[in-house]
Amino acid sequence: MHELSITENILNIALDHAKKESARKVTDININIGQLSSIVDDSVQFYWDMIAKDSICEGARLNFNRIPGKFNCLDCQKDYLMGSEPGPCPSCGSYNIRVITGQEFQLDSINIEK
Amino acid sequence: MPNEKVNILKNILSANDQLAIQNRQILDQHDIFGINIMASPGAGKTSVILKTLNFLEGIACVGVIEGDTAPVTIDADKVNALGAPAIQINTGGNCHLDSVMIESAIKHLPLDELNLIIVENVGNLVCPSSFDLGTHARVLIASIPEGDDKPYKYPGMYRGADVVILNKIDLLPYVDFNEEYFRKGIELLNPGVLIFPLSCKTGEGFSPWISWIKSRLSNNK
Repeated sequence: MHELSITENILNIALDHAKKESARKVTDININIGQLSSIVDDSVQFYWDMIAKDSICEGARLNFNRIPGKFNCLDCQKDYLMGSEPGPCPSCGSYNIRVITGQEFQLDSINIEK
Repeated sequence: MPNEKVNILKNILSANDQLAIQNRQILDQHDIFGINIMASPGAGKTSVILKTLNFLEGIACVGVIEGDTAPVTIDADKVNALGAPAIQINTGGNCHLDSVMIESAIKHLPLDELNLIIVENVGNLVCPSSFDLGTHARVLIASIPEGDDKPYKYPGMYRGADVVILNKIDLLPYVDFNEEYFRKGIELLNPGVLIFPLSCKTGEGFSPWISWIKSRLSNNK
């Protein structure tokens, strides 16, 4: 739903760093998306093609690095990976858990040509 | 053509988050507690705000920021009718409020006179959870008719909430709503979060919610 504003943020950060490096062209945008992050990458791609047009980011590939959701059980201390949705600890059934990874939504890096 | 990798590792919403921090500093400088109310359309955000204003009359000086996607002032008008200052933000179709919108809205509120600002976000259980506005607490309103499975279906929203209000409990006799299943879903995502079951229709359950707000208010005004 809010992928347009998110895509604008990606473009702004990428352009900012590309300019600092005196890049002539940006070829790749590398994004970390956690499993718990509610971002639809197809929509980001859709908006990207529109908003990156006529900038040095035009035509840049969007690479999505998916980070699995991982939890830590605060009762039995075991770590476990998330299935299709968050669930209780598979070892002891506790709901007393905390998120270790999966909430990321970061611009990891860009690839540029000078 | 040589290709060079530039490491960035920056949160994509960092511009919003930075401005949110500034908004929070402005509220802190004025001893104002800020609440961001989020819910799906029809959960009762405006009703909870209006009832809360009633209960806080003579206790707190409240300003309200109303977010809607369409150019209407229905909610702000209702708040103004109760004598509280209200600013209406029309997001022009956007699905959430962000910290830029709040920055411009709070400039129009009499900050020196207030000790509480309530922001009513756009009705949506997905997008608003990603955007910090610079308030101090995120309050999620769920309601009985929405169903008991919402924490499981909208984990992002439930995980980010500081307080959950369960509204329309007067409808419990008429709706199949398993409160234990609902609470378990929240506990899974957000252990220990405060849950206030209440009804705007009857006023039942408002007292603990109002006490919680009062405990957060500055006594300097």
